[in-house]
Amino acid sequence: MIAPLLALENLVKRFGGLAAVDGVSLALPGGGIIGLIGPNGAGKTTLFSLIAGSETPNDGRVLFDGEDITRLPPNARAARGVGRTFQITQPFAGLSVRENIAVGAYLRHPRRDDARARAVQVAERVGLGGRLDAPASDLTVSGRKRLEVARALATEPKLLLLDEVLAGLNPSEVRDFAPVVRAIAAEGVTVLMIEHVMQAVMSLCAHLYVLAQGRLIAEGSPLEVTGDPRVIEAYLGKGAARRLETEAAHG
Amino acid sequence: MFAPSLIAAAVVNGLTTGAVYALIALGLTLVYGVLHIINFAHGAILGAAMFAAYFAYQAGVDPYVAALPLAVVFFGLGYAVQRLVVGPASHGEDRNFLLVTLGLSIIIENLLLAAFSSDTRTIDTPYGFSTLEFAGLFLSLPKLIAFVVSCLVGAALWALLAATDTGKAIRAVAKERMGAALVGIDAAHIFAVTFGLSAACLAVAACLLLPIYYVNPRVGETYVLVAFTVVVLGGMGSIPGAMLGGLLIGVVESLSGLFFGDSLGQLGVYLIFIIVLLVRPAGIFGATA
Amino acid sequence: MSLRPYLPILAVAVLLAGVVSIENSNAFANGMVTAMIAALAGYGWNLLGGYGGQYSFGHAAFFGAGAYVDAILQMRYGVNAYVAFALGASAAGLVGLVVGYLAFRAGLRGSYFALITLAFAESMRVVANAASITGGAAGTLIKLDPAPANFQFQSRLPFLWIAIALVAFAMMLTRAIERRRFGAYLIAVRENEAAARALGVDALRVKLQATVISAALTGLAGALYAQYFLFVDASIAFGPGISIEALAGPIIGGLGTVFGPLVGALALHALGELARSIAGRLPGVDLALYGALLILAVAVARDGLQGLAIDVARKWRVRTA
Repeated sequence: MIAPLLALENLVKRFGGLAAVDGVSLALPGGGIIGLIGPNGAGKTTLFSLIAGSETPNDGRVLFDGEDITRLPPNARAARGVGRTFQITQPFAGLSVRENIAVGAYLRHPRRDDARARAVQVAERVGLGGRLDAPASDLTVSGRKRLEVARALATEPKLLLLDEVLAGLNPSEVRDFAPVVRAIAAEGVTVLMIEHVMQAVMSLCAHLYVLAQGRLIAEGSPLEVTGDPRVIEAYLGKGAARRLETEAAHG
Repeated sequence: MFAPSLIAAAVVNGLTTGAVYALIALGLTLVYGVLHIINFAHGAILGAAMFAAYFAYQAGVDPYVAALPLAVVFFGLGYAVQRLVVGPASHGEDRNFLLVTLGLSIIIENLLLAAFSSDTRTIDTPYGFSTLEFAGLFLSLPKLIAFVVSCLVGAALWALLAATDTGKAIRAVAKERMGAALVGIDAAHIFAVTFGLSAACLAVAACLLLPIYYVNPRVGETYVLVAFTVVVLGGMGSIPGAMLGGLLIGVVESLSGLFFGDSLGQLGVYLIFIIVLLVRPAGIFGATA
Repeated sequence: MSLRPYLPILAVAVLLAGVVSIENSNAFANGMVTAMIAALAGYGWNLLGGYGGQYSFGHAAFFGAGAYVDAILQMRYGVNAYVAFALGASAAGLVGLVVGYLAFRAGLRGSYFALITLAFAESMRVVANAASITGGAAGTLIKLDPAPANFQFQSRLPFLWIAIALVAFAMMLTRAIERRRFGAYLIAVRENEAAARALGVDALRVKLQATVISAALTGLAGALYAQYFLFVDASIAFGPGISIEALAGPIIGGLGTVFGPLVGALALHALGELARSIAGRLPGVDLALYGALLILAVAVARDGLQGLAIDVARKWRVRTA
């Protein structure tokens, strides 16, 4: 039996007295686009940080491709195939788009020419092919988001963690971005995305996990999950599910 | 082994020196607490203040009398320097502040050097060698005065920060620069006030040091690292930390001098500095950085 | 490996060598050697400070290590001058490894990093001033014995050529680093360490490597100083003067560039000479000028003289277009 690509066992992360992640377990077999949703403050970004390695858990384990990576630093995880983007984009401000992506490409291609060539390829995949020599600081929000993805993609990850990559984009920009994400998944990269833009989540993700107050409260297909009363309550408050039902019944 | 009276004398000596270190460090920790950067010109300003006190003495004004007027003058100078030179040149970036204050320290020290040459000067006050007897120990009077005044200034600064409107504004800017600006506090003015207060403390320290010590253009350098050590040990931005840290460092230096000999006494301070930076950069009273 | 990126460097080196061969009055030669030593020290600083973004205020620690090791090995242990020279640079690199490891492992950066490097330099100064192996406060002399085998020469010209060659080497090393993965990683860590780590960069390792190379280069400058002046003492070797020279050149000439440290060192020395000739025997005026320039550079010319030149060239091109 093949080990799941990503397995989280009872992860706990506390900040002061608050448990941002409170005993989360899940297993991603690998492949496809999976969504991680939940109300604000649910602990989604913290969970990403635990997977990517910028935070260490107080309890629990992170297993990647069958290997326990719980104590590994972020760069070691990136080398093993965990790529991540940041919610607030973090471009290397003094460098050009090409140079930014090349930093990622250098992980698998130590030689300068190879890395730069790879950077061009990746830039074209995310739609930045025309802006290779522009300074990263000159990019619009949409451009920066694409750059975040391109950089992480250049490390040739097996698992790509996208943290609210659509936030701040207008509806047409969201529409333009979706095929990029699909294409990435089509090439075999498993995509786990935190997202609030619901129409994107529904159309892109085959499977959803719902996090609320640090705990997984539901998982399943988008249709199953959005109908789940616990999910409705997490977003809209206690009793909301029943209220909605009664309103629907009284038509 | 050393006789207990020798050690006691060294400790007392260290406490009085340490109080002055604390006074010197007060301004530095204040600037760090509010502007969140290290002022590398701190030592040079002390040197300038000591020269000012020296020349006041030459003009017939006793250092202890000159302390208050000089403090006012240096407050003004510090305010002006921050408002007109350092602030604008730094463009708000911490890294630049480091370099600008370094540049300032180079200018001040070397101008002092050019103006007054590198000769060491001392002054001769009538009480310069007076001592007071206490519990079998002979305490140097100027050092005792330095100790008392330093503690008073520390307390006064503490009170200013706690009770006055300006003090509250300073604390506000230190805690939350943007929020303070939003409620109408003029951050540039507060930065300049902080810098001015720092320079004023140095002026008082200079007047306290002059009867005990010597002055030459390099004297600021000697105190810079000690001041940094005190601030880092006590916790950046903490006034009680600076007071306590100063006393501690003073005693350590005194005892190191006793046990390792004068030339290596300073080394004890540097070693503490390095160790604190590596182990607990936040210091005794500091919040985690 | 193509040679094209290195041609400008070779051109500059040849130009410098040409200039010193023509104009070789003693005063000029002396000034040039001093400037080259400062430039070399600056190239070391530039790697860690300019490319790495970690401002060291205590590069004297490495300069002094190179100088003292070079002198002591020759005088006390009879080591061949060239071997001592190389070992001096290596010793400096080792000091860099220790300082860098302690500082970066503890997560120090910014002001704290500047402070701890200063503390190390000052500690070494105090020790060198007291220890007997360094000659204590009297310092260490290298016996005057001009002969190529002793890395000493009758005339200044060979020293000049060697100094220029070493600066050229430093420039080429900088260029090479710029064009390799190491350089890209170093700059990435400077710009955003968290993002760099997420892309697989071992930030600690990169910073350490940069510190070692930086220290070795500055140590090379220190060893050269010892060979040329034949005298080292604690305040020359480990004093704040050299720490300031090491950072002023790159900042004024252009941080994080290949030619910045050279331009800066030459400019500072020229200005220093000018200041000295105007102000006469007043000590410290030239250094005070350095300080003023430092402030100006930060306030006005963020990318140093090189940046200013590029800016002017660009505006001129636009106007004449």
